[in-house]
Amino acid sequence: MTTGTVRATASGAAPDVVDLVVVGAGPAGLAAAAVAVLGGLSVALVDAGQELGGQFWRHPPHGSAVGDGKDLHHDLRSYRQLTATVRDAARSGRCRSLLGHHVWTAVHPAPGQHVLHLVDRSAGPGRESAVRLEARHVVLATGAYDRPLPFPGWDLPGVYTAGGLQALLKGAGVRAGSRVVVGGTGPFLLPVAAGLAARGASVVVCEANDPRRWAGGAGAALGLPGKLVEGAGYAATLARHRVPVQLRQAVTAAHGTDRVEAVTISRLDRSGAVVAGSGRRLEADAVGTGWGFVPQLDLAVTLGADLVPSWGGDQVVGVDRWQRTSVPGLSAAGEVCGVGGARLALREGQLAAEGVLRDLGRPGVTGDRGVVAVRREVARHRRFAAAMAHAHPVPAGWTGWLEDSTTVCRCEEVCAGQVRRAVADGAVGVRQVKQLTRAGMGWCQGRMCAPAVAALAGPGGPGTEVPERLVATPVPLGVLARGTGRDPIP
Amino acid sequence: MSPSFQLDGRPVPFVPGQTVGAALVASGRTSWRTTRHEGRPRGIFCGIGVCFDCLLTVDGVPDQRACQVLAREQLDVSTPEGENP
Repeated sequence: MTTGTVRATASGAAPDVVDLVVVGAGPAGLAAAAVAVLGGLSVALVDAGQELGGQFWRHPPHGSAVGDGKDLHHDLRSYRQLTATVRDAARSGRCRSLLGHHVWTAVHPAPGQHVLHLVDRSAGPGRESAVRLEARHVVLATGAYDRPLPFPGWDLPGVYTAGGLQALLKGAGVRAGSRVVVGGTGPFLLPVAAGLAARGASVVVCEANDPRRWAGGAGAALGLPGKLVEGAGYAATLARHRVPVQLRQAVTAAHGTDRVEAVTISRLDRSGAVVAGSGRRLEADAVGTGWGFVPQLDLAVTLGADLVPSWGGDQVVGVDRWQRTSVPGLSAAGEVCGVGGARLALREGQLAAEGVLRDLGRPGVTGDRGVVAVRREVARHRRFAAAMAHAHPVPAGWTGWLEDSTTVCRCEEVCAGQVRRAVADGAVGVRQVKQLTRAGMGWCQGRMCAPAVAALAGPGGPGTEVPERLVATPVPLGVLARGTGRDPIP
Repeated sequence: MSPSFQLDGRPVPFVPGQTVGAALVASGRTSWRTTRHEGRPRGIFCGIGVCFDCLLTVDGVPDQRACQVLAREQLDVSTPEGENP
């Protein structure tokens, strides 16, 4: 194909051969797409969501009557710049934003050729269609999702992930409760609490760790005053709305019959075990739980990219200084390369696109000195992310909160006792526990229970590695049968 | 008057741009299906399409994630309870 042009499918619906497909339209993906179009490439930007921005810059669909929730966002200037670039390019035909599209699998049949298979859900249930995209390069910017940990009652309606509360607020302007307890660990709990408190909810935050030791100086020491300003902003909002932030405490149970009505908050010792007799009951009509984020690696694993351990302890996509993975023509940026926040993601996306431009023999748009500065910023943010991960570990003793009757796998309704019995019977690792109990075999394919099952199953053994999910999202068989009116799937 | 969709034949108001799940939560409803083994109530958990807790039937198509489907006027949404009262 000719670089810089876009060929349309027979139906004229979507360009099906482009220089670059970017998967994910959050900070990393938007930055990659924007730099790539400025560098003259033809780009397809794919996201399952209804609007550009990903989770961090989640916005209601364009033209929606839902309020914009400006106070819930950070660095909207970058968001506006990047989306303006992408939309301008869309008008001139150089970039196609495929929103409401989910990549369900991807293959690379030949060097320099990647084929992505998408399901277009934008027309609603029953009206899905298959889309096939072919590209010389792919940038994976698929982000991350909340890491929930089970506790008795966590499957009661009204208990959400912290990100779920935030998504309802940012994407729909909906406050999920009026008495809300947000618990877990990590800096993300604070903006969730601040957003709800600013909309009139009475909020309590339980942070399982005590990050005070380092938080005061770490941001400045690492040269990231912006992070301190952001943190101070939440602190001011929380103080204004009298939101208590309880350190070394956790939501260890949710109570109610058909929905959450109250929680038990317990003090934790240094190992994360509950301090005996410290539990107190608090009324709540919504709970948000979050223990950091799990990188969304499905497509990276499917495409065979090498994984490496990150500063947070998770497996992430290994990348070089241009964000290239071990697979030729496949780059990755943002949380899939290590959870480090929006600014890091944005800069990694920029570097990824600069790398693609160079690989295609084109001049970059950032300039050599600019690239050096971007790399320096990336390094600073990775150090900061490592410090954050160090200050907000999942407490080792958390499995002690689980009763044998506590549901661990929400989809297959497997309880902690069943997992413990399987381990006692000799099951080693997540995979053997799954085979014996069905934990992780339901709709979510283990995305919600894997961290818990791994902790209960203990280290080592087959199946402790990142699971392979060849089908990244359920696809109606009729959609596959109708196909794209083109060649069979390569 | 705000637009609405039908849930088991009863109107649920929504703000254009909201998902079915968000509109249900806004209306005070936290659950709309039950689990198949223990019959436990479920609604939105992750809110971003990952957990599949919030499934319901939309325009006759089963197993749709409420958090992913945009609310539209005339959308016919049903819960398993609504189908088997």
